[in-house]
Amino acid sequence: MKRGIIILLFIIFCCSYCNSYGQLYFTKNGRISFFSKTGLENISADNNQVLSVVNMETGALQFSLLNNAFFFPKAKMQEDFNENYMESDKYPKSTFKGIITDIGTINLNNDGNYHVHVKGDLTIHGVTKNITTTGDLIIKNGNISATASFKVLLTDYNIKIPTIVTDKIAKDITVTVSCNYEKKL
Amino acid sequence: MSLIKFLLLTTALLNIYNKTGAQDTTRIAGSDATLMSQLETQEAKNETNYAAATFKYTHVIDGQSVENLPARVLDVRILHRFGPLSSGLYNFFGLDYSPFNVKIGFEYGITNNFMIGVAHSGYNKTYDAFFKLRLLRQSTGAIKSPVTVSFASTVAISTLKPSQIDPAVKPDPTTKIDRASYVLQLLAARKFSEGFALQLMPTFVHADNISFLHNKHDIFAIGIAGRQKLSKRINFNAEYYYQLPDMKAPGAHNVLSFGINIGTGGHVFELLFSNSFGLTEKQFITETPGRWDNADALFGFNISRVFQLGKKHK
Repeated sequence: MKRGIIILLFIIFCCSYCNSYGQLYFTKNGRISFFSKTGLENISADNNQVLSVVNMETGALQFSLLNNAFFFPKAKMQEDFNENYMESDKYPKSTFKGIITDIGTINLNNDGNYHVHVKGDLTIHGVTKNITTTGDLIIKNGNISATASFKVLLTDYNIKIPTIVTDKIAKDITVTVSCNYEKKL
Repeated sequence: MSLIKFLLLTTALLNIYNKTGAQDTTRIAGSDATLMSQLETQEAKNETNYAAATFKYTHVIDGQSVENLPARVLDVRILHRFGPLSSGLYNFFGLDYSPFNVKIGFEYGITNNFMIGVAHSGYNKTYDAFFKLRLLRQSTGAIKSPVTVSFASTVAISTLKPSQIDPAVKPDPTTKIDRASYVLQLLAARKFSEGFALQLMPTFVHADNISFLHNKHDIFAIGIAGRQKLSKRINFNAEYYYQLPDMKAPGAHNVLSFGINIGTGGHVFELLFSNSFGLTEKQFITETPGRWDNADALFGFNISRVFQLGKKHK
């Protein structure tokens, strides 16, 4: 009898353990935009097909996007971006793999706006750099949305801008992230 | 009893493992990574990847490439052809030579797959207009196509005064003067690698009867063009049109051109050598008197500047 109870408890515990890795939320249409500001020209582009997975238990956070899905207001810019700067044929994806370091402060049952810290590896143009940034997680009725903004220095990722257009493209680009997550069932 | 001990121990270990897992700041757990790769695979299945920039520009050198201007983009082109290299050092190998031929053209993308253009060139005082329609795009993924296919049609009108028409060419008084010529082209191109593309251009030309002595006014030709990237911004292009021998006009040669183009964000500069002086399809495909082996080839350049008119639609 006693053995039976312990085995039952063990099973329940195992299940709860499994569940602890089951707090997965994801999106297939997250939005990442970037903005380059110089005295001569402001350039912005949006990507609305960003994939992201966040584990609300461990704080593990991933992003993945296709560089050629960035939409520019000027067609020529989009071609130059893919052909000359990002070399999207060679490096089709940009990714981020990291962690929300203060995931423990978040209570999914408590609606609210949580300011969080994120760190991890950002891979652009085949170069991986460790970055840290802050962001906001908004919990509302169990739904999660996230926003963040950080700067990326082009030289860090070995993206060369030809001298003829250096005045038109900022050296550091502001990247804005905005995702509405759904729960993985 | 030993089973219970084992279970308790396992439970405790799992618990510790779980906690360390949560503390590990860079670790992505297996299920997270699996979900991400699942999503990526799903998206890749729905995604169609189109070959971008098979050629750098809407024209290879003289003739059309499969590239179209994007919607609402205006392209202003200036093409310049100097005299033949054989004119010697005294004429600075053609640069001092007169007449030279200059073409000014305006081209516009109505949709991403349909563009139009008008132009004037000095040689034979020619006005021309064309449209180009992309029928198929080379792609992989959800929609697969090995090639890009476009159709282009050009009409050219020579506005030479009757007194200016070469007497050797001028039709006898009983024949009606026909100033208009038509060119129909099918363009099929494949981007074989990041840097290399080839294009075939089956072409039909109906020539006018005042600018060149044609035996047959309907001429079939097949063109072949290639592009090789030399660096991110610099391309080597080559273009050749072969006319069916029994249709070729006496004294006309097949056109062969080589060019290096440099794209610098909105501008494309092309420096080229060609045996053709004419700058509309009918002229360079069927009315090229110059021969490479006679050093009749000439130097020229093309300049293009694009302007985005209004916002781009998705």
